Amino acid sequence: MKIALGPLLYYWSRQQTLEFYAQIAESPADIVYLGETVCSRRHELRAEDWLDVAAMLKAAGKEAVLSSQSLIESESDLKALRRIVAQDGFRVEANDMSAVNLLTKAGRRDWIAGPTLNIFNPQTLSMMAESGATRWMAPPEMSGAVLAELLASGAPAIETEVLAWGRLPLAHSARCFTARHYNLQKDTCEFRCLGMKDGLVLRTREGEPFLTLNGVQTQSARVHNLLADLPTLRDTAQVLRVSPQGDNTVAVLELFRDAIAGTLSPLDAFTRSKTLMVEAPCNGFWHGRPGVEQYVSA
Amino acid sequence: MTSNTKIELVCPAGSLPALKTAVDHGADCVYLGFKDATNARNFTGLNFDAKALAEGVRYAHDRKRKVLVALNTYPQAGNWAGWTAAVDRAADMGIDAIIVADPGLMAYAQKKHPQLRLHLSVQGSATTYEAINFYAERFGIQRAVLPRVLSLPQVQHVIANTQVEIEVFGFGGLCVMVEGRCALSAYATGESPNCNGACSPGKHVRWEQTPQGMETRLNGILIDRFDDGERAGYPTLCKGRFDVNGETYYAIEEPTSLNTLELLPDLARAGVRAIKIEGRQRSPAYVGQVTRVWREAIDKVMRDADSFAVQPAWIAELDKVSEGRSHTLGAYYRPWK
Repeated sequence: MKIALGPLLYYWSRQQTLEFYAQIAESPADIVYLGETVCSRRHELRAEDWLDVAAMLKAAGKEAVLSSQSLIESESDLKALRRIVAQDGFRVEANDMSAVNLLTKAGRRDWIAGPTLNIFNPQTLSMMAESGATRWMAPPEMSGAVLAELLASGAPAIETEVLAWGRLPLAHSARCFTARHYNLQKDTCEFRCLGMKDGLVLRTREGEPFLTLNGVQTQSARVHNLLADLPTLRDTAQVLRVSPQGDNTVAVLELFRDAIAGTLSPLDAFTRSKTLMVEAPCNGFWHGRPGVEQYVSA
Repeated sequence: MTSNTKIELVCPAGSLPALKTAVDHGADCVYLGFKDATNARNFTGLNFDAKALAEGVRYAHDRKRKVLVALNTYPQAGNWAGWTAAVDRAADMGIDAIIVADPGLMAYAQKKHPQLRLHLSVQGSATTYEAINFYAERFGIQRAVLPRVLSLPQVQHVIANTQVEIEVFGFGGLCVMVEGRCALSAYATGESPNCNGACSPGKHVRWEQTPQGMETRLNGILIDRFDDGERAGYPTLCKGRFDVNGETYYAIEEPTSLNTLELLPDLARAGVRAIKIEGRQRSPAYVGQVTRVWREAIDKVMRDADSFAVQPAWIAELDKVSEGRSHTLGAYYRPWK
């Protein structure tokens, strides 16, 4: 089982970001997804910077992957996508059907079908594999049982990745909810999300943390945490994805390494992870329940 | 593209009476779904069984109108056969196109029913011509419905770069998130638009009068609280009032409807081929009212886009059936973002 670090979904300063990936180079992550996937206005790191980070991680023995933007709206977004597809130093994660189209046309046979492609059945997965995908990530809302059924129903032999840690990416919008909070428009947002290391928490009127505003993306407030579910993950996933968070990401990766290696039981790993989360855990999606629920308490 | 490209008016039919009302009031096409999770409006009491569909198709075709069947949720390994059976049933009924989101299902339809027109559903989340052209090259889709996230110039740019007919939303409920990419309902209730065809489903809704006011909950999660005299809206979770940094407001979107009537000449000039009215969950009265206004407006634009002006009476009519009695241009108007 491999450990992947998902793309950084928040907007950290250039220095914070570079320092973060310098730490990741020393971490147990086997695969690191890089690049801006949420908002095209976020430019602390330019395309060349991301390539430099990818090269640094590759030199440290990691597989570096360039992730494409999830919601593509403009020709300049497409231009950025074409650049990612044109480079051949690193594999690409396709997060939109535009990326699948361009990768296929470029004859790439090594890409990763990302979580926003809505792959819910073996027929669609086979189509992605025939088009050149060699790994795919299940949609986070897919349960373990449905995934197992998919894999048993004639799915192609490509790697399966599952989101195992992090705030759930729940939705994308044209509207920037962070800018809206400050009564600003997206085009003149003053980059208010810059430096919010874990986004902006939205609470119910009873004070319960419910969602996280991260620019045009809406996430869960709770941390999707499948450490205790490792036994069922072993049967279905070859790659476990950890989503970066403001603090303790390396410690989380280390817990996954120890739990996968068996030096720590899944329940012990889950117990230890409680101090590493920004909010309470949840794992409902994996159990076919509302995602907000923590189905197995440990 | 010229301004006299015909624009089809595509109206919602949650039931046979709604279908007939839409046809009688001037819809060029009606769209509908079966009574199950194969479509994204899987609500109790809505949609069509085989008998109602047969009658609906006959009613529409007798009047030279089209019937489109939405099969726009994502099938899974365990229920795949239900979706392919729905494709077969729709094709056998002689409908004019199916509206599909899942690539696997498109491949099935293309192979099994090569003559069947395929429309890419808004649930397919295709926001660029590169994505739309992919579906066209692979599956021969002939129309794509754009998600409600693009500005008007972005819509124009998509149309200029694809041969696929483009359909846009004109009126009705405003989905703030990219359709097909939203799991908020699944997060709160376990039921999602993608897999179950339901957003914020009624069986999870609770209304409760409390000393603090009327509270609306979705699976126990407080979505909004209303003062006495305030009209308590349905708890669609992205249209609730929440607290961010100590400030309570509609943090995602106010309860409001999309209305692009004033953009109609621009949409016509851009070469939009169809305008979709949202609202299969609404009453035949809603369908009739909205269809009548949009029929009149589209006819005016087709005759002469340059002299088109939105009539106050149209807006008055539409506001009566708008959520919160207000409307917005949504993402078509860039500052909304």
